[in-house]
Amino acid sequence: MTVLLWIVAASTLAYLTKLSGYLVPHRLLETPAVVRISACMTVGLLSSLVVLNTVADGQQLTPDARFLALGAAALALLLRAPFIVVVLVGALAAALGRLGGLP
Amino acid sequence: MPGSPSEAPPQPEVAWRSLLSTVRASPALQAGLSIAIAIGPLGISFGALGTATGLSMLEVCALSLLTFSGGSQFAFIGVLAGGGSPASALGASTLLGLRNGVYGMQINTLLHPQGWRRLAAAQVTIDESTATALAQEERVEQARGFWSAGLGIFVMWNATTLVGAVVGEALGDARQWGLDGAAAAAFLGLLWPRLRAGEPMAIAACCAVVTAVSVPLLPPGVPILVAAAVAALIGWSRLRRDSAEAAAGRSLR
Repeated sequence: MTVLLWIVAASTLAYLTKLSGYLVPHRLLETPAVVRISACMTVGLLSSLVVLNTVADGQQLTPDARFLALGAAALALLLRAPFIVVVLVGALAAALGRLGGLP
Repeated sequence: MPGSPSEAPPQPEVAWRSLLSTVRASPALQAGLSIAIAIGPLGISFGALGTATGLSMLEVCALSLLTFSGGSQFAFIGVLAGGGSPASALGASTLLGLRNGVYGMQINTLLHPQGWRRLAAAQVTIDESTATALAQEERVEQARGFWSAGLGIFVMWNATTLVGAVVGEALGDARQWGLDGAAAAAFLGLLWPRLRAGEPMAIAACCAVVTAVSVPLLPPGVPILVAAAVAALIGWSRLRRDSAEAAAGRSLR
């Protein structure tokens, strides 16, 4: 039961973190500097998420079947495949890699 | 979904068809719903892992329903599984959720949600919903991407957490089904359209390297914040250079 209280506390902090982003005043957000920097951060965050979801496992870098997924997805994107196909190709490549014995 | 208030209720079949054609015409809805389908099932592994850690079904489901941020949730049960105290589990989970504050700021810039929608938007502000919104160019598509990914994943994630908690490890490893590969592919698919010019490519490469280097050095959840800070710094320095050049151009004239 005490764990449940910690979960509620963690969830409250998680929600307040999310909400805090919405409470920054608009006046501050619409300056050219913020717009420019925010666009740069978007690319940075997406790129970081790609890396995290491809090689990271907690605090370790673990090259595994997800590399195949990324390669296959890149190929699909080069061939202008629609998004859902890219995602499915990624899953298929990783699943096949694991079937073939990759970690 | 917000919007479309009460018109006369159409025939179910007609409504279904118009829904289908809306989805077909909207890349953002397609992206959001496919991400919900692709990433939602990871909830099964979370549910299974959570009960394996010794949490009750109620506790596991509370994490998905209330915390609703995959990284934070996995961190929470991960610390407990490693013998850590609930307090340090809370610390790890909060640290991993800090990036959601940055996401909130970005979604607020794009969509300006007000009132209860703002409160709802905050809860579904996660990696996938933010990424889906940011990858769109038009505001309508951004909103569709954010809400379809956010609400879609919310429903899927909670349902599959429950299934995972019930079925336990019988369904096994989401990795075996390549679902972690699907996540990597999805994020690349969202980044791809933004890499048309040299500057975003340079920023993406820079942040990729920074992330890979900082993963072993920093606690989980922090590398992405470092990458965000590096991207912001690059943006800021470019901005200063541009304004310096503009000033130089003026003084030449």
